[in-house]
Amino acid sequence: MLPELGQLALILALLVTALQAILPLAGAQRGVGAWMALARPAAFVQLALVASAFAILAHAFVAQDFSVRYVATNSNTLLPLVYRYTAVWGAHEGSLLLWALILSLWTAAVALFSKRLPQTVIARVLGVMGAIAFGFLAFLIFTSNPFDRLLPAAMEGRDLNPLLQDPGMIIHPPMLYLGYVGFCVPFAFAIAALLDGRIDARWLRWVRPWTNVAWGFLTIGIALGSWWAYYELGWGGWWFWDPVENASFMPWLAGTALLHSQAVTEKRGTFRGWTLLLAIAAFSLSLLGTFLVRSGVLTSVHAFAADPTRGLFILVFLGLVVGGSLLLYALRAPDDVDGAGNTQPFAPASRETLLLANNLLLTSACAMVLLGTLYPLLADALGLGKISVGPPYFALLFTLLIAPLILLLPFGPLTRWQREQASRPIAMLVPWAGLALGIGVAAFFTAPQGPWKVAAGLAGSAWVLLGTTRFLWSRLRMPGARFTPEMMGMTLAHVGVSVFLIGALLTEGLSRQRELALAPGQSVTLGHHAFRFQGVVRSPGPNYVSDLGTVQVMRDGVALADMHPEKRTYASGGQVMTEAAIAPGMTHDLYVALGEPLGGGSWALRVHVKPFVRWIWLGAVLMALGGFVAATDRRFRHRPSDRTTQ
Amino acid sequence: MNPVRKRRLLLVMVLLTAAAAATALVAMALQRNVAYLYTPSEVLKGEAGSHARFRLGGMVQAGSFKRASGSMEAHFAVDDGDATLPVVYTGILPDLFREKQAVIATGHMQGGRFVADEVLAKHDETYMPKEVADKMAMAHQKHGVQPVADAPAE
Repeated sequence: MLPELGQLALILALLVTALQAILPLAGAQRGVGAWMALARPAAFVQLALVASAFAILAHAFVAQDFSVRYVATNSNTLLPLVYRYTAVWGAHEGSLLLWALILSLWTAAVALFSKRLPQTVIARVLGVMGAIAFGFLAFLIFTSNPFDRLLPAAMEGRDLNPLLQDPGMIIHPPMLYLGYVGFCVPFAFAIAALLDGRIDARWLRWVRPWTNVAWGFLTIGIALGSWWAYYELGWGGWWFWDPVENASFMPWLAGTALLHSQAVTEKRGTFRGWTLLLAIAAFSLSLLGTFLVRSGVLTSVHAFAADPTRGLFILVFLGLVVGGSLLLYALRAPDDVDGAGNTQPFAPASRETLLLANNLLLTSACAMVLLGTLYPLLADALGLGKISVGPPYFALLFTLLIAPLILLLPFGPLTRWQREQASRPIAMLVPWAGLALGIGVAAFFTAPQGPWKVAAGLAGSAWVLLGTTRFLWSRLRMPGARFTPEMMGMTLAHVGVSVFLIGALLTEGLSRQRELALAPGQSVTLGHHAFRFQGVVRSPGPNYVSDLGTVQVMRDGVALADMHPEKRTYASGGQVMTEAAIAPGMTHDLYVALGEPLGGGSWALRVHVKPFVRWIWLGAVLMALGGFVAATDRRFRHRPSDRTTQ
Repeated sequence: MNPVRKRRLLLVMVLLTAAAAATALVAMALQRNVAYLYTPSEVLKGEAGSHARFRLGGMVQAGSFKRASGSMEAHFAVDDGDATLPVVYTGILPDLFREKQAVIATGHMQGGRFVADEVLAKHDETYMPKEVADKMAMAHQKHGVQPVADAPAE
């Protein structure tokens, strides 16, 4: 009975979104107030309906209702309670429902916090979001219904994919989707602006915190995914340039460009058309990501279902959204938006130019990732053979594009808007550049291995940190100057970049690893650490049997810890999972994973020492925090009359 | 030319040069880092000849897996239903590596054997990599393996 109610809630939600899309948009076009007034209540009703459907599906999982096909495929009587909740979004149908729920949440939030916007704007923004929700709900109901019944009901479920039975998986998808879907807000705003024919600084000030918050969530989502891959896949890597990772990384790159370009447009009035285009791009790339992940056209570490009708549906939807918004952009943007208002010209030496460079580099990086990700599809379609693009392509080009970005970063905040004496910021930063270079040179000659990466990591990190500190110092010294949350957010995010650089490049440069066969009692030495293998015992878990290894770690002869890597065999499907043992630390992680038994009690082992690997995720957390802090700036809530000047 | 035009021309030329350099670089990087996928029968027919490093896709042949006690060197054969190729790999095999399962190995040919430096079997127990499935549409049926549409997803 309940699943049918869930189904009904979804269908009603579909009808509500149709209403929410059509009437307010038509009303805004024709100036019918009553039609426009429908947008807000529709947004709340949509949230209530989708949330009930989600709650009903969650209940089916908790109550182990195996007459629902989706539950029977992704749960099991032995599955621990917490994973029954996460199993709700553990596979295709449920994760789409989560997508729809989060979209409803964003829509309702927009409806709640938009009281100061003109009625036509809010009607258009909510109307566009309603149209997107309509597309997704239709996709859900017609191709991927989570409430499909299984008759007769299964006696036992097939269990959740063991890879996903993990605490990191509880929060990774919601965070990632909050980011992905959050880009719908600036997108809807851009479409509303195009329909309206003008961009108002007021609306831009209103949309900026939304972009910041969505970007912050996306940053956390990607970092969680990377962290999960690190400890769960058992390979010890943190980024694989896998298509699914790229799918989340492309909107992030476009979103980062958008953050910066929105700031320019809001404060200076320039880059209007570009900001609109980036808002469209960021959300289109989110949709493309969903298409790539959900249609199964690309092979990846993430196992997913290949169902041609699903792929086709998203592809058509993607074509409509991207094609429609680009067409609208082509028709309206150049004359009506870009030329309108008071754009202020800027000199080659100015903060605008630096932010333009930032945007060019970030969008080039995004285009490069897009090309590498789609190239295999393209080659296949053109009959050039089945190919894959290796990580060195991404790593090389990404480094080449991001290095100048890092080089220019400290100049941005120190350079004035519109016109700047180029020698002023340079003079301010020269001593710090010298210091950073000195650190790099010293690192190059003292690094035990990977001198280039270590030197680049330390010099780049020091350069960004020192340059940001220089900005803080000159800002705080200025008499009567306020230090706004917006600046605080920027500082945090830039320090996050600095921390990330240390993590990424030092891990790549200094990691030591071995894959080898060890018999009980044998040990292996990596640098200062010795790992002694003590053997493996069999022990039971809730829904698996585990081969539990014990590895004693010693540092310079002193016992540090016992590590327990596991090999789990799940009861339901017989699937085997490696659970690496990790001894985390700020300066290095120790990482041990069991391979396979090699006979006579000896096992294949994978042993890593990974310096500074935590800093990668710490940097990402700081960046996200920066996005959230900047969004709290009171400036974004001010009335248009109190303009703050920079 | 007036200074404004001159500056614009300069800008356009800089942009064009940058675009050309970027295109060349991207093309080069792609060229070096793509790996083609072949099945054993294609390899034996010599179709993979021009690629020193390529990916080999197929099924791990039943009963072909051998590993000397206490050694990291694994031997197995990859089969596409028409032909079989012996593979040697030194290292830890992925969790989902099993006989009669799909596998993709990256490496090169050496004296009639495929020496792999990476072995992937990343999908769950019922799912078949799409590219391998495409390549082996026929052989597929001989093995009685179907890609399952309802495999647990991400």
